[in-house]
Amino acid sequence: MTKGYDIFWRSLEQREGNAVDEPAAAATPDSWVDAPVGRRRFLQLLGGTVAIESIAACTRQPPEKIIPYVKAPEDVLPGRPLFYATALPIAAVVEPVLVETHMGRPTKVEGNPDHPMSRGATSAFAQAEVLELYDPDRSQAVLHNAEVSSWASFASAIQVATLGQRSVKGRGLRIVTGDTTSPTLIAQLRALLSEMPDARWHIHDPSRAQPTTGTAEPMQLGYRFDRADVILSLDADFLGGPGPVGAIGDFAARRRPPPGQSKVAKMSRLYAAHSAPTLTASMADHRAGMRSAEIEHLARLIAAKLIDLPANEAIADGAVMPSTVEQRWIDAVAGDLRAAGRHALVIAGTEQPPVVHRLAHAMNAHLGGAGHTVVYRKPIRASQTQPAGTLAELTADLNAGKVQLLVILGSNPVYSSPADLKFTEALRKAPLRVHLGRYVDETGELCHWHVPQTHSFEAWSDGRSHDGTVSLIQPLIEPLFAGKSAHELLGAMSNQPDRSGYDIVRAHHQAQLDGSPFELRWRRILHDGFVRGSEHPPLTPPPLQQQPWPAAKPVPTTGLELVFRNDPTVLDGRYANNAWLQELPKPLSKLTWDNALWLSHTDATERGLTNGQIVQISVGERKLEAAVWIMPGQPAGSLTLHLGYGRRGGGQVAAGRGFDAYQLRTTKHLHVQHGVELRPTNKTVALASAQMHGSMEGRDLVRSGCASAYQNDPQLFTRHEHKRLSLYPPHEYSGYSWGMTIDLSSCVGCSACVVACQSENNIPVVGKDEVLVGREMHWIRIDRYFGGEPDEPETLFQPVPCMHCDNAPCEVVCPVQATTHHDEGLNDMVYNRCVGTKYCSNNCPYKVRRYNFFGYSVEAIAPLDPTQPSMRLLHNPDVTVRTYGVMEKCTYCVQRINYGRVDAKRDNRRIRDGDVMTACQAACPAQAISFGDLNDPQSEVSQRKSEPRNYGILAELNTEPRTTYLARLTNPNEDLAPDDCDDQGGHGHG
Amino acid sequence: MADEPPPSSVAQQPAPVIAPGHTLATVTDSIAQIVLTENKARSRYWLYGFAASFALMMLFFYAIGVLLVRGIGIWGVNQPVAWGFAIINFVWWIGIGHAGTLISAVLLLLRQDWRTSINRFAEAMTLFAVACAGMFPIFHVGRPWLAYWLFPYPNTMSIWPNFRSPLVFDVFAVSTYALVSLMFWYVGLVPDMATLRDRAKSKTARMVYGMAALGWRGSTKHWHNYETAYLLLAGLATPLVVSVHTIVSYDFALSVVPGWHATIFPPYFVAGAIYAGFAMVVTLGLPVRYFFKLHDFITDRHLQNMAKVMLATGLVVGYGYLTEIFMAWYSASPAEEYMVVNRVSGPYAPAFWALIVCNVIIPQALWSHRVRSSPFWLFMVALAINIGMWLERFVIVVISLSRDYMPSAWGEYVPTFYDWATYIGTIGLFFTLLFLFIRFLPMISIFEVRTLLPDAQASPDDDDEEEDGA
Repeated sequence: MTKGYDIFWRSLEQREGNAVDEPAAAATPDSWVDAPVGRRRFLQLLGGTVAIESIAACTRQPPEKIIPYVKAPEDVLPGRPLFYATALPIAAVVEPVLVETHMGRPTKVEGNPDHPMSRGATSAFAQAEVLELYDPDRSQAVLHNAEVSSWASFASAIQVATLGQRSVKGRGLRIVTGDTTSPTLIAQLRALLSEMPDARWHIHDPSRAQPTTGTAEPMQLGYRFDRADVILSLDADFLGGPGPVGAIGDFAARRRPPPGQSKVAKMSRLYAAHSAPTLTASMADHRAGMRSAEIEHLARLIAAKLIDLPANEAIADGAVMPSTVEQRWIDAVAGDLRAAGRHALVIAGTEQPPVVHRLAHAMNAHLGGAGHTVVYRKPIRASQTQPAGTLAELTADLNAGKVQLLVILGSNPVYSSPADLKFTEALRKAPLRVHLGRYVDETGELCHWHVPQTHSFEAWSDGRSHDGTVSLIQPLIEPLFAGKSAHELLGAMSNQPDRSGYDIVRAHHQAQLDGSPFELRWRRILHDGFVRGSEHPPLTPPPLQQQPWPAAKPVPTTGLELVFRNDPTVLDGRYANNAWLQELPKPLSKLTWDNALWLSHTDATERGLTNGQIVQISVGERKLEAAVWIMPGQPAGSLTLHLGYGRRGGGQVAAGRGFDAYQLRTTKHLHVQHGVELRPTNKTVALASAQMHGSMEGRDLVRSGCASAYQNDPQLFTRHEHKRLSLYPPHEYSGYSWGMTIDLSSCVGCSACVVACQSENNIPVVGKDEVLVGREMHWIRIDRYFGGEPDEPETLFQPVPCMHCDNAPCEVVCPVQATTHHDEGLNDMVYNRCVGTKYCSNNCPYKVRRYNFFGYSVEAIAPLDPTQPSMRLLHNPDVTVRTYGVMEKCTYCVQRINYGRVDAKRDNRRIRDGDVMTACQAACPAQAISFGDLNDPQSEVSQRKSEPRNYGILAELNTEPRTTYLARLTNPNEDLAPDDCDDQGGHGHG
Repeated sequence: MADEPPPSSVAQQPAPVIAPGHTLATVTDSIAQIVLTENKARSRYWLYGFAASFALMMLFFYAIGVLLVRGIGIWGVNQPVAWGFAIINFVWWIGIGHAGTLISAVLLLLRQDWRTSINRFAEAMTLFAVACAGMFPIFHVGRPWLAYWLFPYPNTMSIWPNFRSPLVFDVFAVSTYALVSLMFWYVGLVPDMATLRDRAKSKTARMVYGMAALGWRGSTKHWHNYETAYLLLAGLATPLVVSVHTIVSYDFALSVVPGWHATIFPPYFVAGAIYAGFAMVVTLGLPVRYFFKLHDFITDRHLQNMAKVMLATGLVVGYGYLTEIFMAWYSASPAEEYMVVNRVSGPYAPAFWALIVCNVIIPQALWSHRVRSSPFWLFMVALAINIGMWLERFVIVVISLSRDYMPSAWGEYVPTFYDWATYIGTIGLFFTLLFLFIRFLPMISIFEVRTLLPDAQASPDDDDEEEDGA
């Protein structure tokens, strides 16, 4: 917690409320408040209290009238949610979404099925935006020198300041934003800059500080996984991070057979060279871990085999074979890519230097993938399209005293600037500093003015998705905390302090869409959530750069290398105050609430380091203490430290967690630092991992095997199963019989389902201390298993919700019948009846039951306080909020089944396949989850269950699980793994 | 049996169960005086002991108070180990409560007259242990104020408890056991209450003991009814010796958890309970015998016999451990096999090995006659068994749950301050009740011991009226 944080008011109302209280408190003599209370005094007070209480108890409460609508607003049906199409900027690029609102409260995010970049799926970040909206830590008032002020006083102050700047053409004005794709915001800034030509706009985007594409001009690259047969990832994590969720679906579709069939039409093959374990590397058929600096060498060696033009002979100059890779790996990859031709795809990672991107582009161009598997479009980010300055230039200007008025819009450079800039000291030199932000964060604390920023659900805006399509962001609720959007703040700087965001955004689009009846189109856009046909058209692939290839940079030999990456759940720190994302286990390390220094098993053994031990990382004279996490799959010699932690402010959830990687980042080395030394200390910290044990212990929980072997032998995954007998007759389901399959070939482990479930089902946050003792509440968890060698393991993911067993062990042992069998096959949980013996949890072999050891939903156990007024708005009204002492678990989103039932009854029909989607299923970008009626043989889930690779985990216990799994298929290259597909397949991994 | 006493005594009669030289009057005097007469030195020791126990009982109330306000999150239980100390202690206490019924009922029916001088004490111990045990199932549920839903009573919710659940079996088994034990104990107390009433000096004592004596006058009819009732209750209580712990073992045996799901559990739990119960009788009886100088009534013969019972049941328990290991191998189930590996080498392996030392290795000393007849060594062995039996429940509950079928869900359980406070607090509750019992009730059955005297043996039927009239 920040010092002095609690001097701020949460809202004006609260402040006024306190102001009323103060005179009353002053009127009472201090003596009896402060003095130790004696016996007489105590009895007097007790008597007085009892008397007053009794009188108060007799008082009538003031009558409050409930007034029904005389004329009901269109579409509002009490008890029925409404869905609005809007979009959420996630790291600048928008994710098109539909938002479920209940009587004006946004409660749940779904993907926009009409939008090609979403197709109904969402990322974990989009799901967590709901909590972001209601976060009680958001700043709630305009602050002037840490005193509560008002928008009106701010508006006049900024107008005066801007007026002063106008007279000098904006010489002293600097505006800092994060990266953005909002056409309106870009237009507003451009207009402002054209009025004041000497002012400057600087973009600070810590996570993607150097968007590189390997082409001469910046481009927006789109990957067509639906067309790619062979994919080579050069340290690119296209499955993790805030990428286009639609692409994950394309990728997954090429990894599984169509429903009901056992043959994958043309399964793609993924090779991954990686410098840290990533989701992409986990999904790869062949992976090679190496130091980040070695990726360039590998890329050169592969490129040299593909590109045989004489001019490009220098490609392999100086390239050294990475120690973890054999020549035959390179031969096999190159051979495969060459054979795939225009169906090959090479992707370079964000953390890689420009030369690797250039190599990837060259390979794609030579193979023919450029324009086919890689689509080149006009760039969308302001950092690529606008003549904006960098943070380094701003720092120089600040230090030179050139900056009179600094306006920071939704960015937090004090926290996230490279350490060598010493931005904080430079910032103090600006005489007037204005900050617009959702939180009074590290930057907000140092600014004269702080204006609370609206959430995307509260204000009008717009933005572009990855293909350039313009989405409109429409508000779903009035600003909860009197916030203002960046558009409105810029409006105030343009002498339009009262111009609403709506007018600004609408006017911009009216200007863009002239020629057609605007009102009609505008309504259409709002309905769809995006402007149809506004995507950037694919361009002809840009030509290769002609300059010769520089010689390969030798891999530094001294010390370790340290790679900075976006954190898988809080990104660059922008989601650090989001308790859902903090508690969401990082897909690979399963850590919650902290980051840690990922270290390879080899390096840890060499140095005698253990998990949670604090080490001092030194990079030159910069030092940072961080806890160690020994990460299987982390290449030896390489360290990974994720950004986004070690916050010093920005809310109770964010502050003081983890370790601040920015302190080691420098302008020159934003992604990788070399020559890093580690010095162990005796200190340790407890790191809260949601999964203690990574090995499958030889049990056949995740079954995995070659697609080719499966095609030859469809019983590959189920041969060892026996016919199971029971003394009792099976349940009969005359109506519906709900069931689920989870396709392990598709699941990439992204964890969007976990947050979607949390949002849909009012699942509380428990906090780090409770995770440490093993009490996390997620109804669906993603198990991650490692197999093989610790430095290059096979990584398997398995989402585990409730299995809804037909012979449920939990149902038998509950003494009060609080968990019973539904006549449609669900295993119901009756919260009101539960007394909390926890026997059901013990007897659940899948351990999917979750218990309210404390009243996580009704008292402040975690840093996120659910009793705050705004938090009460968060809940889904269709799902009971559980109190303490009660067991809970996945219900197959029974409330959604019931909505489907109501609709079906109204239309006098059966519930159709696809009518009911569980929250996890709807969110899944990979479409790994199928759910529906097993009594309908045509339903997708029935088709899936008829596949021979369908199996139930622990089915040998005769539990008859309704959630079953489709075995994971892999597509290894026979040249590299000649024996892999010959054995009996997937049993006993790990 | 190389260590048996010298051949002379074997050849003739077993060692006496009451020291020679006692008459009817001396028996009554020496037992009743503990309750009725002031003894400064003894009172002081009693007071110290009582104060310490009472303080621990207050710790229990404190821990439960915090529990009710904050929820069971104050304990170390988690996912996957959703049962921790509460269930361990429940089973442990219930086990301790076993010796009472066994000594009172089974040995009565088998006409083992040596039981008479320890049965009252053992029965009281049973009751108090069951009282302690009963605390845990109630307070370990998340919402204790709704625990009554486990009882089948007509209700507006129109719902019965789930009769398939072993926890509902438990409710019946434990409450029946508690009730029958209470009745058995009380019925056995009635004649002695009358004795105390008749000998009490103070008016209050006469009133209280008089009320408790239920108008006992010692008539032939009273004795006849008493004997019939006592015998019937003994008959009723005997199946309970087997049933209670059998049913408690169902909590585990009827589940699917590896390490719980085993058909050996019922017999092995019953043997374990008798083992633990006798160990506790020895642990408590020896100090009482020492402080209250009851060597004449709790003789070496008692110690010998109890030691032999412990040795026999200890071997059954050891056999149970072996069977579990064998079945894990025989099942060919990876989870069952891993359960054994985890016990012997997992994170809680020290608990398992300590259990083996306490329950299997140390009790082998009881083969030696010297150990059996040495109060000190017998006490030490019994203490080890008490600890061992607690560890056994820890091994079963915690180790099995911490690593079951899904390796991803494995976790560890660490008891918190409140776990320990509740456990130690129930020990305080137990001893508080025990100290009150020692102070206010005859801890040895006066009238039954009198029947052991040689003159009573001669014509037991004639003596009854005479004595009680006196």
